[in-house]
Amino acid sequence: MPGLTHYLVVSALLFALGIFAVVTRRNAVAILMGVELMLNAANINLVAFNKYVAPGAMQGQIFALIVITLAACEAAVGLALVLAAYRTLETVYLDEINVMKW
Amino acid sequence: MSGEAIAFYVLAAVTLGSGLVVVTSKNMVHSAAALVPAFLGATGLYILLNAEFVAGIQVLIYAGAITVLILFAIMLTEGGTGLGSRQRNEQAVVGTAVAAAMAALLIVVATRTGWTAGSGTLPPYTPGAIGQSFLRQNILVFEGTSVVLLISLMGAILIARRED
Amino acid sequence: MGWIWDVLRAIVGTIIIFSAVAFIAVMFGVLLERKISAWMQSRLGPKHVGPQGLLQTVADTIKLLQKENIVPSRADRLIFASAVIVVPLAALLDYVVIPFGTTRSGPLIFRDLNIGVLYFAATSSLVVVGILMAGWGSNNKYALLGGMRSAAQMVTYEIPIGLALVTVALMAGSLSTVTIVNGQARLWYIVTQPVAFLIFLVAATAEVNRVPFDLVEAESELVAGYFSEYSGMRFALFQLGEYGEMFAMAAMAVTLFLGGWRGPVLPPVLWFVIKLYALIFVFMWVRWTYPRFRIDQMLNFSWKILIPVSVLNLVVTAFFAVVVHR
Repeated sequence: MPGLTHYLVVSALLFALGIFAVVTRRNAVAILMGVELMLNAANINLVAFNKYVAPGAMQGQIFALIVITLAACEAAVGLALVLAAYRTLETVYLDEINVMKW
Repeated sequence: MSGEAIAFYVLAAVTLGSGLVVVTSKNMVHSAAALVPAFLGATGLYILLNAEFVAGIQVLIYAGAITVLILFAIMLTEGGTGLGSRQRNEQAVVGTAVAAAMAALLIVVATRTGWTAGSGTLPPYTPGAIGQSFLRQNILVFEGTSVVLLISLMGAILIARRED
Repeated sequence: MGWIWDVLRAIVGTIIIFSAVAFIAVMFGVLLERKISAWMQSRLGPKHVGPQGLLQTVADTIKLLQKENIVPSRADRLIFASAVIVVPLAALLDYVVIPFGTTRSGPLIFRDLNIGVLYFAATSSLVVVGILMAGWGSNNKYALLGGMRSAAQMVTYEIPIGLALVTVALMAGSLSTVTIVNGQARLWYIVTQPVAFLIFLVAATAEVNRVPFDLVEAESELVAGYFSEYSGMRFALFQLGEYGEMFAMAAMAVTLFLGGWRGPVLPPVLWFVIKLYALIFVFMWVRWTYPRFRIDQMLNFSWKILIPVSVLNLVVTAFFAVVVHR
């Protein structure tokens, strides 16, 4: 029977994959995909704690719903920034965008 | 091995395997397409945790909307055609070490702590109960999130608009 | 080890749904389309294969199966092949929450989820990913343009569908489809929510890419849109997905607005089938009557007209449900 630690291990591994994407990828959209994986890992944590440690309250699931909503907002604004940057700077690779005035 | 354990291991394998494809693939469209099984695996984990409303919202928003948004961004920038460029920057070794260290730290802490198991039966997490909770105890968060949604909608339109 | 029986039951149920949808919905749907279009254009339609042309779709399927499977040379094979699986799968998953009638022990539904209506909206939104992958994987400018336009259209029209679904759920007090059908015992929701019914029908027509919203597969402009490069069995699977989605939208409209399987004398499944085919007739009638929208007219129509009207409808319904009926 999977217990609380099983879910925590899965979410820790997913979080580590997200950090790997954010730190080592060059493309801005790939970094945003890593951020989405990290947010998913945090959500799995929240819902697992809700079921196993505090089953009477609903706060874990409420928090997870709010995190999903805010992740959608942040993905929208982040990708709008990537598109606007691509229009002016002609590149999406973040290690080529290293001067303040283009 | 009970059915729930097998389901958990299969879903965890699907989620982590597609997560690995997302972060290591050289083809951006393959990465974005592998996000869908990762999110659907997380949906399965939510269903195992008796959170059906969160699972439905996860499919609707993550697999249905955010994946489409990311695919549009890839197709509108050069990410899809720039297959010849390398996708990993100079920090690859340090990044792997950091990710491994973070995973090790989290796993050690999670498995060594004695989590106090909660008492009480699970209330039915029906949409009605979640709605009541949003409008009674958590109403401030609810209203704040609505304002954030409105502002990010206006902001995204304004930032990505063409200047003509 | 009781879970093995659950898995086996799920597999058998999936096979049943696939067969029922493939043979009833698509076979009769394609045949109905051709016959109804023929009668509206004062001609006869297919009448040689089988009695009155009833086996026409079988002949079409055999023809499609024996065609050569062509994959474009520089197409991304993995994405090209997986798009074919995603679109029909998401369309077939819609049928899990639709109550087809009653049996002696309860409603004839595959699984009465307590988030039924939300599940339906979620699986309808999975189709968009498949369409984008099909458009990209074909390595064809027209397919890519068609795929992106289709994805934009479907994402835009999901919002009025969602708002109409939420309005009906508000009237019934639950997201479960069985509760919604039971709540229409005295009065169908089409009488109390006509605006939501119209919005749902219009948005459903746009969601399944039918005329007047079929700009993305307009035969005269974009060859065939996002599935131009698919041939043989893959094309047949895409058609299965499209017709399956249309039947699922019509079945959901019957469940939400027309009382589901409720009716006086005949058995419930027969009532459901009658109402379903009445709505399918309306869909096909609209197809052969109206011209096609342009892309900017179509997007303006959703954002500037349908969404404000459906939000206003939701607010007025909520006001009446809370204040007046307290």
